[in-house]
Amino acid sequence: MVDKKAKTPALVRLFRDQTFRRGVIAILAFVVLWEIGSQFKSWFGVMVPFIGKIAPPTAVAVSWMEVGQWPGYWQSWYLSTGRVFLGFTVAMIIGIPFGLAMAVNKYFRGMFFPPFEILRPIPPLAWVPASIIFWPTTELSIMFVTFLGAFYTIVINVLGGARSIDIQYLRAAQSMGATQWDLFRKIILPGTLPSIFIGAAVGMGITWEVVLAGEMISGGGQQGGGGLGFFIWSSYMGGVMDQVVVGMISIGLAGYISSSLIRYIGHLSMPWRRMF
Amino acid sequence: MTANPNSHSANSRGAISIRNVSKVYDPGGVNVRAVDDCSLEIAGGEVCMIVGPSGCGKTTLLNAIAGFHSISEGQIDLDGEMLCGPSKPLADQGADRVVVFQNGALFPWKTLAENVAYGPVVQGVLGKNEAREKAIHMLDEAGLSGVADKYPGEVSSGMARRAEIVRALINDPKVLLLDEPYRAMDALTKSIMHESLLEVYDRTKVTIFFITHDLEEAIFLGDRVIVMTTRPAKTKKIVDVKISRPRDYRLLSSEEFRVLVEETKEAVHEEAVKAFEAGERELA
Repeated sequence: MVDKKAKTPALVRLFRDQTFRRGVIAILAFVVLWEIGSQFKSWFGVMVPFIGKIAPPTAVAVSWMEVGQWPGYWQSWYLSTGRVFLGFTVAMIIGIPFGLAMAVNKYFRGMFFPPFEILRPIPPLAWVPASIIFWPTTELSIMFVTFLGAFYTIVINVLGGARSIDIQYLRAAQSMGATQWDLFRKIILPGTLPSIFIGAAVGMGITWEVVLAGEMISGGGQQGGGGLGFFIWSSYMGGVMDQVVVGMISIGLAGYISSSLIRYIGHLSMPWRRMF
Repeated sequence: MTANPNSHSANSRGAISIRNVSKVYDPGGVNVRAVDDCSLEIAGGEVCMIVGPSGCGKTTLLNAIAGFHSISEGQIDLDGEMLCGPSKPLADQGADRVVVFQNGALFPWKTLAENVAYGPVVQGVLGKNEAREKAIHMLDEAGLSGVADKYPGEVSSGMARRAEIVRALINDPKVLLLDEPYRAMDALTKSIMHESLLEVYDRTKVTIFFITHDLEEAIFLGDRVIVMTTRPAKTKKIVDVKISRPRDYRLLSSEEFRVLVEETKEAVHEEAVKAFEAGERELA
């Protein structure tokens, strides 16, 4: 039985998977509705103000085929992805230790939590002007904004996750002779891991949201395409709505792929949660 | 109070001496006396069962022995050495007094074998591989050979609790501190747990300090049952269980057993009524 299953090609198994099929059907249904909606100005006599103005999926697909041949489009993917991953990685590198330090040390928390909470509600977008002035290059200021998008979410998740670890685990470990360092490494860290990955997946989504804002405002790049955000902005300026939608979908896909990647890494690094 | 006279459980290690211990909590300036002038001598190798109404301060006593909470007055000794007393209200935590908790505290991110090996590894007593070998051996002995590499979330609560006791025992503790470990279990699982705990006890003769609400459990497992008064906790009555070991489930239907349960029930019921009438919120 098991052998037979193993021999089935991965793609066939994927299509036999109910959840996967449901996802595909949902997306197809959405595209069909969109197509119908954009072909008719009114539905059953009721004007639909929004859908009718958006390019239909067929037009978007045609436009995408064309855009796909431009090196600038793929350069935009490359640039945006690079910015997102750099900003995100720095946010993880600073955010995880920062959140953990606030969780385990009340003096550290007392000092840094209030300023953190004051800065947290400020939208990354609001940082754009200051960031442009402060950082020497455009690239750095975009990355800084991206970093901010992920940073707060990661810190708040790590802090909350570490603080909500059941005190019985800590007591049990201490009563078996664990030192402070053991507690941190073997109890607090693995106990916080699920929250770290939740924070990372949410934070990754936000970095994609803000990288666009950064790119739109800082205005393009040197060689062909200034990132997906700039791509959307310049398409809009040129009045090419099909391309705007191509850009939007590209970002959606990029965000989905990145978050899936993080969830997959989480799945690999937390074997005890696999049965859920 | 004198030490338990039952000679069959005499053991040179793990004697706990609780003398005139009081604990006053001070939440928001309101003094709450959880334990009041409580004295109790537990012999090495005794199974000492603590029963009493909810919130009477039983867990406070356990926390003081384990070193989770300080005491306000009195002194607690382990084998003649002071754990906590007037000069040192909070006992050091140590692997000689391992706690098994109410809700179970196996680390969910470690397999059962890794959980059991945890103590010796963090104490630096054994290397990782040796600790693992020993852990697997001890899990085998406890009838958990097939599940050593499973995570706690993958096994039944009964298996998890048994593994937790193995995790405590691998440290070769002087005292096992159990805080209602079988509280949420169905009767059938519970009886299996009891027999497996007794089996462990007969093998190791470790001192057991066991908090419970279940009087049948108390009589079935214990050498003595200490009935505590409602808050502030004092010892109200001590029931000697002079039933020979090894014990098995047939004991549950014996006349001797029923008489002891009735005797204990009366004492506990009186306190439970008082506690209920006091209408105090649960503190424990």
